[in-house]
Amino acid sequence: MQIKESSTMYDVIIVGSGAGGGMATKILTEAGLKVAIVEAGPHFDPQNPKQQTQLKWPWESPRRGAGTVRAFGEYDNAYGGWDIEGEPYTRKNGTKFDWFRSRMLGGRTNHWGRISLRFSERDFKHKDIDGHGDNWPIGYEDVKPYYDKVDKLIGVFGTKENLPNEPDGYFLPPPKPRLHELFYIKGAKKANIPVIPSRMSMLTKKINQDRGVCFYCSQCSRACSVHADFSSGTCLIFPAQKNGGQIDLFVNCMVREVTTNEEGKATGVSYINKEDRKEYKLKGKVVVLAASACSSARILMNSKSKQHPNGLGNGSDIIGHYLHDSTGSSRAAFVPDLVNRKTYNEDGVGGMHVYTPWWLDNKNLDFPRGYHIEVWGGMGMPSYGFGFNPNDLNKFFGLKAGGYGDSLRKDVKKYYGSVMGMSGRGESIAMKDNYCEIDPTTVDEFGIPVLRFNYNWTDNERKQAKHMHETFEEVVHNMGGEMLQEAPSKEDDYGLLAPGRIIHEVGTTRMGNDPKTSVVNSHQQLHEVDNVFIVDAGPFVSQADKNPTWTILALSWRTSDYIIEQLKQQNI
Amino acid sequence: MDRRKSIKSILLGTVAGGLAVSGCKPGTGTEGDNVVADGAEQYFGRTPAELEQIAALNAEQFFNEHEMSTLAVLCDLILPANSEYGGATDAGVPDFIEFMVKDIPDMQPTLRGGLMWLDHKSNTDFNSEFKSLNETQQKEILDTIAYPDMEIPNNERPLEIQFFTLMRNMTLTGYYTSQMGIKDLGYKGNTPNVWDGIPEEVLAQHGVSYDEEWIAKCVDQSQRNVIAKWDEEGNLLT
Repeated sequence: MQIKESSTMYDVIIVGSGAGGGMATKILTEAGLKVAIVEAGPHFDPQNPKQQTQLKWPWESPRRGAGTVRAFGEYDNAYGGWDIEGEPYTRKNGTKFDWFRSRMLGGRTNHWGRISLRFSERDFKHKDIDGHGDNWPIGYEDVKPYYDKVDKLIGVFGTKENLPNEPDGYFLPPPKPRLHELFYIKGAKKANIPVIPSRMSMLTKKINQDRGVCFYCSQCSRACSVHADFSSGTCLIFPAQKNGGQIDLFVNCMVREVTTNEEGKATGVSYINKEDRKEYKLKGKVVVLAASACSSARILMNSKSKQHPNGLGNGSDIIGHYLHDSTGSSRAAFVPDLVNRKTYNEDGVGGMHVYTPWWLDNKNLDFPRGYHIEVWGGMGMPSYGFGFNPNDLNKFFGLKAGGYGDSLRKDVKKYYGSVMGMSGRGESIAMKDNYCEIDPTTVDEFGIPVLRFNYNWTDNERKQAKHMHETFEEVVHNMGGEMLQEAPSKEDDYGLLAPGRIIHEVGTTRMGNDPKTSVVNSHQQLHEVDNVFIVDAGPFVSQADKNPTWTILALSWRTSDYIIEQLKQQNI
Repeated sequence: MDRRKSIKSILLGTVAGGLAVSGCKPGTGTEGDNVVADGAEQYFGRTPAELEQIAALNAEQFFNEHEMSTLAVLCDLILPANSEYGGATDAGVPDFIEFMVKDIPDMQPTLRGGLMWLDHKSNTDFNSEFKSLNETQQKEILDTIAYPDMEIPNNERPLEIQFFTLMRNMTLTGYYTSQMGIKDLGYKGNTPNVWDGIPEEVLAQHGVSYDEEWIAKCVDQSQRNVIAKWDEEGNLLT
């Protein structure tokens, strides 16, 4: 089969359309560059009535929102999940890593939690403080101007708190707390645990004429039809198209490899068109990988040539290593003071209105690094699963559980909105021994060799998870609540979820000054190939106890500025 | 469904994660295409592959007529109509269960086997199948399986008890995700609105109050449509 090659020469080919790819598209096209975006999934716009799930009712679906096909429920707008038919991955040495992929324009930004936190000075240089992991070659002062620009361009609500590890930004005002959040605040304050308004990228106030303002339906995970929350399509790619940017969008196109010439420089990409299942080539002066930390690593390792026998930019053999995800563990509680609630609309924004940033000094603890606490609960819209075990909570009142008949209605109403929960999301230490590599024995349905994972948690993460549960118990006790489950045991890793479950995987193409121990330089440019850049979370040296998106956006903007400058100076 | 998942589902009103992703069945030519096109309005926000899968599930029938009518009798015993609202069958619960048992096939042995148990027990005790018994007899049987020993995990309980628990779960979730059930519950959301805090009487009822300093930082909803501007220190000016 002859590979079909397009004659167009792009200034930049961007692989992937999530946070990193979207930002690169916007900045590079605004500079007048001609760009191709290659996205493995279909076009997606939450305004498209055929794709829209926002404001739909459970009865409009035969499965009432069950998660049979989409991992987070039928209305969640991620096309994909931890398992995608025809696109396997494998694991080795009996270890576990679950890899979430979203195949669609905008990628995972269509359904993410919108928690938008800046890394602090300490987060970039944490090795200096505790000796673990590595420092980033850049610091907060390098990224701050870009965080500021991202805040203003995209919008994030929050409050100025002057906390050293939680840098303030240009915030929109936050929404008022909901009832279960007031109980959380009460319980946490008694335990001397701080609580502040959350920092999330929904527009509680207008920031421009193009995007709508949040109307508090709580459904950001379904993607917002008035574009009041951040997603890459609605906030970056569509505006770039509207502004006349030169963008050719290739959807349902799965990149196989970066192509190179005799000098070893990148010449473009080859991809499989999922519709006709044939291979094509695109030519570009610069290739920007934004396919997600693991996908970009996979593309590079699969890009083998005479000049790059170990994969593109992989002379160091570091690609794939230092893979790390956030730690995560959750617990739920019943709050007797929240039974028999008057019902009213408390949907609010999608997710929490308050949260706890990391507050302790690790010098006094038996594990490194911290976690933040996310809070959930309330009188949400019923979906598949609502009403299961309707009166199990009777046990807290010494009443019998089970039964049938009209009395079940009273039970359901009594307990509606009386349960809340907490999720700890923490920082793990990046380790060389946790990695993804190419599995030489397995390909996906497009014939592309797949990833094989090797990942072990250590006692550092397990002890952190144990501490999370001790905290949850203290807070719940202080708010007069009852834990719904026993504390997870040592045998259960203290409830620590498998790596990959928090979907913050980063570090596979890490940044550094030394080409022997890192893959990209501080401009996210491959050490070995100067016209290839990575703008997803692959370059993260460490992920902090923060969600990665805001940093991906800031660094992608910074790298895009660098690309424009380098092209102007004809350096690449 | 294990206990931890069940608990999670009460909390979130959804079973998030933990369920296997099932693949998409290939299309079936012209006929399948028509079903897909017809479904586009009915089944919002589905990808073409997801529509095909739903159409394929709808084209199958799992429960036979007798099983369906027994299900209906059982669902209405679990959640009968009252003076204000209809019961489980009025809310379409049996059809919902018929779909779900194909969507999540793991439930099939428990539900089908449980229905068989129900008829066997009815025949043994009353010499007739369950749906033909009078209500007193039906309830006599249900009373033996409707109150699980909470000290024993669900998957270690006898099949007939697991069956009833699953039936109660499916009946209630089917009801409370129907239009009737959501009205009955009193859920007020899923509509554009402006959240401006907990009503005063609710704060009083639960003995909590807002911290004034905190509230002062929150959004002034009268200014929500005014474009945000900041000074150089990041203080919001508008």
